[in-house]
Amino acid sequence: MNSSIRNLFVLFVVLFGVLVAFTSRWTVFEDKGLRTDALNNRDVIRASRVPRGKILAADGTVLARSKSVKSRDTGNRYYQRVYPQGSLYAATVGFSDQTLGQQAGLERSQNDFLSGKAVKLATAVNKLIQGDQRGDDVRTTLEPSVMKAAVQGLNGRAGSVVALEPKTGKVLAMVTVPSYDPDDLIAGGDAAKSEAYRKTLKNGALLSRATQFPYVPGSTFKVVTTAAALDSGKYTPDTLVNGANNQTFSSVPLGNFGGEDPGMVTVRQALVQSVNGAFGNIAVDLGGRALQTAMEKFGFDSRPPLDLPEDQVRRSGILRKDKLIKAYSKYVDLARTGIGQDKLGVTPLQMAMVVSAVANDGKLMKPHLVDRVTDADGRVQEQVEPETYKQAMKASTAASLRSMMANVVDEGTGAQANLGTGVKVGGKTGTAELGNVTAGINNLWFIGFAPVEDPKVAVAVIVEKSAGQGGQVAAPIAKTVIQSALDAGAGR
Amino acid sequence: MSARNREALALLPSALLVTAGFAAIFLKRDAFLSDASLTYGGVFLALCLVGHLVVRFTAPNADPYLFPLVAVLACFGLVELYRIDESFARLQAQWFVVGLGLFAVTMVMLKDLHLLERYRYTIAFGSILLLILPRLPGIGGASNGAYLSINVGPLSFQAAEFAKIGIVIFLASYLRDTRQVLIHGGRRFLGMSFPPLRHFGPLLAIWGVAMMLLIFIRDLGSSVMFFGAFLALLYVATGKKRFPVIGLGAFALGAYVVGGRVGHVQDRVEAWRHPFDPELFQQTGGSAQLAQSLFAQADGGLFGRGFGQAEIGLTDQNGVIGTTLLPAAKNDLIYSLITNETGLLGATAILLAYLLIINRGFRVATLARDPFSKLLATGLTSVFALQVFVIVGGVTKVIPLTGVTLPFISYGGSSIMANFVLLALLMRLSEDARRPT
Repeated sequence: MNSSIRNLFVLFVVLFGVLVAFTSRWTVFEDKGLRTDALNNRDVIRASRVPRGKILAADGTVLARSKSVKSRDTGNRYYQRVYPQGSLYAATVGFSDQTLGQQAGLERSQNDFLSGKAVKLATAVNKLIQGDQRGDDVRTTLEPSVMKAAVQGLNGRAGSVVALEPKTGKVLAMVTVPSYDPDDLIAGGDAAKSEAYRKTLKNGALLSRATQFPYVPGSTFKVVTTAAALDSGKYTPDTLVNGANNQTFSSVPLGNFGGEDPGMVTVRQALVQSVNGAFGNIAVDLGGRALQTAMEKFGFDSRPPLDLPEDQVRRSGILRKDKLIKAYSKYVDLARTGIGQDKLGVTPLQMAMVVSAVANDGKLMKPHLVDRVTDADGRVQEQVEPETYKQAMKASTAASLRSMMANVVDEGTGAQANLGTGVKVGGKTGTAELGNVTAGINNLWFIGFAPVEDPKVAVAVIVEKSAGQGGQVAAPIAKTVIQSALDAGAGR
Repeated sequence: MSARNREALALLPSALLVTAGFAAIFLKRDAFLSDASLTYGGVFLALCLVGHLVVRFTAPNADPYLFPLVAVLACFGLVELYRIDESFARLQAQWFVVGLGLFAVTMVMLKDLHLLERYRYTIAFGSILLLILPRLPGIGGASNGAYLSINVGPLSFQAAEFAKIGIVIFLASYLRDTRQVLIHGGRRFLGMSFPPLRHFGPLLAIWGVAMMLLIFIRDLGSSVMFFGAFLALLYVATGKKRFPVIGLGAFALGAYVVGGRVGHVQDRVEAWRHPFDPELFQQTGGSAQLAQSLFAQADGGLFGRGFGQAEIGLTDQNGVIGTTLLPAAKNDLIYSLITNETGLLGATAILLAYLLIINRGFRVATLARDPFSKLLATGLTSVFALQVFVIVGGVTKVIPLTGVTLPFISYGGSSIMANFVLLALLMRLSEDARRPT
């Protein structure tokens, strides 16, 4: 019997070995996947006991802070997020819901700083000594006065405004309408209330239109086509192009705005009067590969390197069945792509990047929302420096485009963007057709920069589904946004 | 050094451990050291000394390591329970007093274990009754779909905890009688000799009982425990591997057929196969328990978060635990909590402590001087080991998770009392085996 008993013991040793092996599997070998599993919210809950750092606007206005809440019975102290600016910054700042373990926007992309996870050695020692644990503050580049000007300009209409500082890539404003109120979304940790609030949100209010909506860019895209043309060396602003009305492209006649027929026009005139026929000819002449190259140099087809979570920044380009295709694909109607129609899907951020590159001698800076990260004692942990992202075009091409775009505002379709102060604005209007032309309801664009001689701000504005043209609806919004950005001292 | 002095010395570290554990939790919670940690340590040491004195007088030659090992486990459990909720620790401490009392009574009253053999059918009948009672309306109750507890007024009683001892006693005495017949067998069939049907019948009946358990109490864990102990005994009694192998096959077949039809068992198997399926996770009685158990272990890592540092739930403004992160942390999932706080190293230490107890238990069996004692020691040790395997295997996703307690660590009066009786029986067997003649 004793040998059987010993065998039995060996069996149990093996069985317990299996237990140790499985425990090791979960604790050491496969722990990473488990820790990051969406169902596992331990990290977020743990973070709720540490006050997250503040998120601040460029002038120090508090966009998000942590409020200490004491539970009545247990006396446990925990922190909840508060957003004093309501819905204005929601699409960019996002939210951090400690109870449900969900985050979005800067709250998610800057979580390591805000939660105090990313610490430099000096601060770490300091934290140990003081025993005081709190997250770092994130100061953004967003200017509240510019944000306000943008949202007032949209005046409740669905749309988006993005304003960049061309020389640094700082995002001065990024506005999305409609949006949501993060305080209502978190609802004090009440899941049922939060769910009820979510149900009231419509029209993609949880998304950031500025970075997530693919809009047809309309005539604002002619800036990209022009850049491709001038960069190719085959065109100058004075090259004559056939701008006749109703020329046939892809076996369908392409009409000019208002049915005008200017005949042969210079490239400059074509841009100022937004002559579709001329740009159709230019795009076809340049060919798909040249247009594709030009687009990629502006950052199309790539995810803009903005410091938001990757899944909240969309790539712009030519969309077919929700996938990006190249300009030389057989599915692309090149002439209509050249005038900003066909299958183009472009975010307001991307258009702001286009105009920003024009404003900065063709040099496209990396757009960024975070200016610096400071610890609780004000020590700077991280300072974001301007960084070149791409050379979008030749400097000479950019200079020509600036002068041409100044003409657009001076004497062309963008007249309503004129500041009237002697500071010159350059820009381009766009009226993107939504399919039903007769209804006269279009997506209205304006992209622009100022001052023309030494641009300090670049802006892209879109107003969705409105009557009129980009020059009448979007340009005035751009005007106030540009003015407020210059007043706020952009580009200094 | 005598066995008893060794035992007394070995108890000191566990008292120190309990003191240190409480100190750590106080430091975490209030940032100051309350003398309560010393009180808990002192009371715990006093209790252990009482148990030690009982052994010193009733079984001076018994194994010196069993009792201190149990004390280490108990103190670990006490610290973790205190960390979940002070009131659990206080109640558990009371159960320890009751359990020790039962231990003392068993040690004093039961001088001759062979007495048990005489009442084996009474014991067997009583045990089966205990197992069926939870299914009866009025006094039974289902928890998580399994019928495991008997509720009389405010008291809830885990029947299987006591039944496991009764059934092992019965099996040990039954197999002592029939083992010769089983070994030498009658007919040959398929190249193997099989015992006559008259003796084989009762074995089939036991298999039937295990299946019945599966249907009636709907609990895979307990049936694995009981049937596993039976197979272990059958193997030791006959020394032939084919019996347990055939038995295992029959059990697997039965479990497959029956388990596939009993909803609750089915759910458990589904949860085991897909713990991270969001739908199963949301379902009541779904996979949340297992998934959270694994999350907790991952959170612990190699070294653990430290005592009191695991996330078990979040209290909202009203002090209500809104999100329970680790359900049943005090009983079924306590191993996950220990892993979370003390890491793989702590968990391995716990398993090692269990393995040492199992080792001492089998040592008692090998040293025992008569077949009944050998079989009883084997059976008690096996059922104890299987219980640990079923629950730890359940929370680590080795087997489907079913609700049995982790002996001496989980919260629960029935578990503590029954396991102290089991310990008393092993100590008595050990005394008989090691007493100089």
